[in-house]
Amino acid sequence: MAEVAEQVEKKSEGLFSKKNRKLISHPLDLENPVTVQVLGICSALAVTTQMKPAFVMSLGLTIVTASSNVVISMMRNTIPSRIRIIVQLAVVSLWVILVDQILKAYVYDVSKQLSVFVGLIITNCIVMGRLEAYAMSNKPWPSFLDGIGNGIGYGLILMTLAFVRELFGSGAVFGFKVFEAVSLPYQGNGLMLLPAGACILLGIIIWVQRSINGYREG
Amino acid sequence: MQTKNADYNVRQSNLYIVLYGAILTIVCGGLLALASEGLKEKQQANIDLEQKKNILATVMELKEGDNVVEIYNSRVKAFVIDYNGNVKEGMTPEQVTVAAEYKKPAGERLLPVYEIKNERDPTKTDNVVLRVYGYGLWNNIWGFVSLKSDFNTVQGVKFQHAGETPGLGARIESEEVQSRYKGKSIFDGDVVASIAMMKGEGLDYSEDDHKVDGMSGATLTGKGVNNMLKDYFACYEKYLRKNKK
Repeated sequence: MAEVAEQVEKKSEGLFSKKNRKLISHPLDLENPVTVQVLGICSALAVTTQMKPAFVMSLGLTIVTASSNVVISMMRNTIPSRIRIIVQLAVVSLWVILVDQILKAYVYDVSKQLSVFVGLIITNCIVMGRLEAYAMSNKPWPSFLDGIGNGIGYGLILMTLAFVRELFGSGAVFGFKVFEAVSLPYQGNGLMLLPAGACILLGIIIWVQRSINGYREG
Repeated sequence: MQTKNADYNVRQSNLYIVLYGAILTIVCGGLLALASEGLKEKQQANIDLEQKKNILATVMELKEGDNVVEIYNSRVKAFVIDYNGNVKEGMTPEQVTVAAEYKKPAGERLLPVYEIKNERDPTKTDNVVLRVYGYGLWNNIWGFVSLKSDFNTVQGVKFQHAGETPGLGARIESEEVQSRYKGKSIFDGDVVASIAMMKGEGLDYSEDDHKVDGMSGATLTGKGVNNMLKDYFACYEKYLRKNKK
């Protein structure tokens, strides 16, 4: 009897049940891949001098994480554990290259701006991290949500960083010259455009966020 | 439970791992090959159109909806020359891979030339567009330089890059930086003086025909651009001299 009840309960779990919604909301704050797990730092420093590339990078990463999560989750019961990282890497690379090729064929202008960044997604620790930590032991749908959630969590931090860096580094937001528009003389702070400036900023963001949500390491 | 364990053991066997890896490689490779073959034509068409756009953009303002191919076909006479400025008969610029030519010594390079003819009188040359190729800070940079009918004064430039730092060196792609080259000249009297991007930003070089304002934080990319221009102006020198007025 108990077994039947359990089955019924399992079936009734909706696509957006509380548990599933948490998969999206948690990575935004409590389990943010960048600020709490400190993953994907390299690209967070590299592509955040301007908001536009940062936005497209976040979008690309979200798509790749979500789709790789789904594929790996579907394959999870067949993957030999000794070569699982290689298998994961192959799937991620497959998606990244496919996305790149399709962009090149259909939206050439966007692909030109992204050329370098799309390749960078393959080595992003978040993608591999989610595959290893989540998709390898969960069903496709929750894995998909987990990928979307982590992509957005990463994107939030990236956009925050890029906003501050572009605004104070070159006086613009999304390429729109803010200070010129309100006719304030602003020279632009070179430190903001350098990786060192991003590192300091990211440190501050991590500090602020961790003190708000009370996260402690260890 | 029994079957699960058996499954697990099978998955640990070397044969299973080798087969799994082989099949995965074949499937992934097949998919990629399929995508690459299927999309090749579309990608190449994009690249060709982009190049025609770039050539025309150095001499005229292209508006949204302009038929780039039509303008290009009616106005542009494209051919290939060698280091001595002689036309290579029977060759089109499409047959020349500029990146491959770049690796050869300057004297052996094949150089594409695009002459933009006058709209009314096609025997007259309004502009000439040269291709340049070089190395920036992180990766290759390339572009087009268009000259006025005196084969000396710069009408416009178009630079592109593969991996310069966004916000710093990548600015060579921006209209703002490229417009600094307008009106500068290649020859100083009878010597090729080229055009140099200086260190520092915000200085006025409007009096100097061979210097342009630099990019703050991207001096090394600027140096790459300078080397590229110097290198290729030297390659095109003999051809330019023949036509120079």
